[in-house]
Amino acid sequence: MNSDGPLLALEGVSKRFGPVQALDGVDFEVRRGEVVALVGDNGAGKSTLVKSISGIYRTDEGKFIFEGQPVSVSTPADATALGIATVYQDLALCDNLDVVANLFLGQEVVGSGAAVVTQQLDETAMEHRSHELLEQFAVTIPSVRSEVGGLSGGQRQQVAVARSLLGEPKVVLLDEPTAALGVAQTAQVLELIKRLRERGLGVVVISHNLADVFEVADRIFVLRLGRPGGTFDTQKASREDVVAAITGASENGAHGAEAPA
Amino acid sequence: MSAAAPQTAPAVEPPARPSRGEVIRRFVQGDLASVRVILGVVVIWIIFQSQNDRFLTAINLTNLMLQITAVGLISVGVVYVLLLGEIDLSVGAVSGLAAAVMAVMNVKHGWNPYLAIAAGVLCGTAIGVFQGAIFTGFGVPSFVVTLAGLLAWQGALLYVLGDTGTININDGKITGLANTFYSDTVGWIMAVVAIGAYAGSTLWAWRARVRAGLADRQLTGPMIRIVVVAAAVIAAVAILNSDRGVPLAVLILVGFVAGMEYLAKRTLFGRHVYAVGGNAEAARRAGINIHKIRVIVFAIAGTMAAIGGIMQASRLLAVNQSSGGSDLLLLAIAGPVIAGTSLFGGRGSVWSALLGALVIGSISNGMDLLALESSVKFMVTGGVLLLAVIVDALARRQRQAVGRV
Repeated sequence: MNSDGPLLALEGVSKRFGPVQALDGVDFEVRRGEVVALVGDNGAGKSTLVKSISGIYRTDEGKFIFEGQPVSVSTPADATALGIATVYQDLALCDNLDVVANLFLGQEVVGSGAAVVTQQLDETAMEHRSHELLEQFAVTIPSVRSEVGGLSGGQRQQVAVARSLLGEPKVVLLDEPTAALGVAQTAQVLELIKRLRERGLGVVVISHNLADVFEVADRIFVLRLGRPGGTFDTQKASREDVVAAITGASENGAHGAEAPA
Repeated sequence: MSAAAPQTAPAVEPPARPSRGEVIRRFVQGDLASVRVILGVVVIWIIFQSQNDRFLTAINLTNLMLQITAVGLISVGVVYVLLLGEIDLSVGAVSGLAAAVMAVMNVKHGWNPYLAIAAGVLCGTAIGVFQGAIFTGFGVPSFVVTLAGLLAWQGALLYVLGDTGTININDGKITGLANTFYSDTVGWIMAVVAIGAYAGSTLWAWRARVRAGLADRQLTGPMIRIVVVAAAVIAAVAILNSDRGVPLAVLILVGFVAGMEYLAKRTLFGRHVYAVGGNAEAARRAGINIHKIRVIVFAIAGTMAAIGGIMQASRLLAVNQSSGGSDLLLLAIAGPVIAGTSLFGGRGSVWSALLGALVIGSISNGMDLLALESSVKFMVTGGVLLLAVIVDALARRQRQAVGRV
């Protein structure tokens, strides 16, 4: 897809929790303008991999390479500094605050001059930036001043994704972005993911829903029992191939599995 | 702004004005709770005036304001605790203890009155920090921590007072807090300054929004707000001036309410308080130090309780073993809840401390004028509080029903 190397690459990553080998020698990569779906059965290590990338877990072994440079990611702040943003399944929004306040939660803009003394918020600047951001990614909400608690599930998910974009990240990790959403709302969120790809971001999506995965992903990365279970090109692979890799039915030779084109 | 350069105009549409249906919905769901409460105050005043024509006289309204000062100041701190979705049951006891500390230092040890006041206030702050740290550090429910505090600080009050039981305050500086009235001229100057400051900040904010392309240029909205506030201030000063003048106590109460409202609504700290009250886990993940926010909020509650207690001692000219006791705690919590601050956290305003105190104070004052017995007063106030929390719970339920489609 892009002539240059991967945006983010993990090589030989392992993570052990006591007796449980959650990740075992996983190689993983995501390129600019690519959506990679991370699939696998419960306990396959999807969340562990995402949490390792986002700095919540420290890996026991393995190399991180970001934009061709070896880096170390051991805290969430490290990941944020590199330009890796994570959107969690439970959204982490404050229902009582409006869209602007949620987008800027924890990174509010304080006014200049006398406002510094009292740490007065610069609402105008935040609202202006919110309009820009939401317009850029064509996020549709009634008003940036509406309370998040009054929005639909799809709109809330879009706000959560938009919030991760505020720091202009290069890689966005989405944990089950379409879980518990209706058909129309799922479509809204998938459209947003496609726009992230158009903007040249690397996107990693954890999903249980293979229909969504085939709809939005360029590449499907299967984890099985903490080990790589195969990588599939969405254009070429069939749903049966992916299911077989997830369940382990194709242990001796996955036909569709191949390196990305 | 007249020579607008089209290419630099931001491509943002001004937000749509709320429709009439939207305004009605906000009113019902509590966003416009203050309007609802002001209407409630008007109804209460009309009822009492029809029963006793001395109710709406300048002297009685001035007395009413002096009566609600202490509970209103305590409620300001309670609002912050309620915004976190927590509760502080110790504010009554803390107010009594702080007043006793001040009185003992001033009367028994001969401290300078300002130093004695500072000692009382700092005592409240320290108690708040302690309770907040226990609550957030050990994860003990605030209900229990402050219930323990309620008992302990009442004990401390008795200890500080010693065998004396009652300490009379004679120092003019301390009694002056609740018994100073400004001349008519000074009252009008304060009115002009207050209206000017409000109009200035409102217009400044409006101008910034227009420049950023976020608001339409019509001045109707800001002007209506300025006119309403100006009318209220002028009416209040006119009434107070026709009795003894604007009391210092009212100035202190309104000053704290305005300042703490600014802190809650316009500053980084206030935003974080609302965030922790709305979803503490989300706030934590966003990098907000929720432990620090909680400790500061309980420190505010302790400080405001102490200030309220000192104002009460100043008005009553004494501190005794029942200072800060009786129904003070319950009224200080009931006030903001009646005026729309949610018990579930994340919703409310510091104005509700003033409005709530006005509702409760009006009922109490009116029933005194009608010479009703305490039994009736307690039952009526309890009924009003019950009504208010039911409204709060219904509003919350409706929000949830709307939210998750």
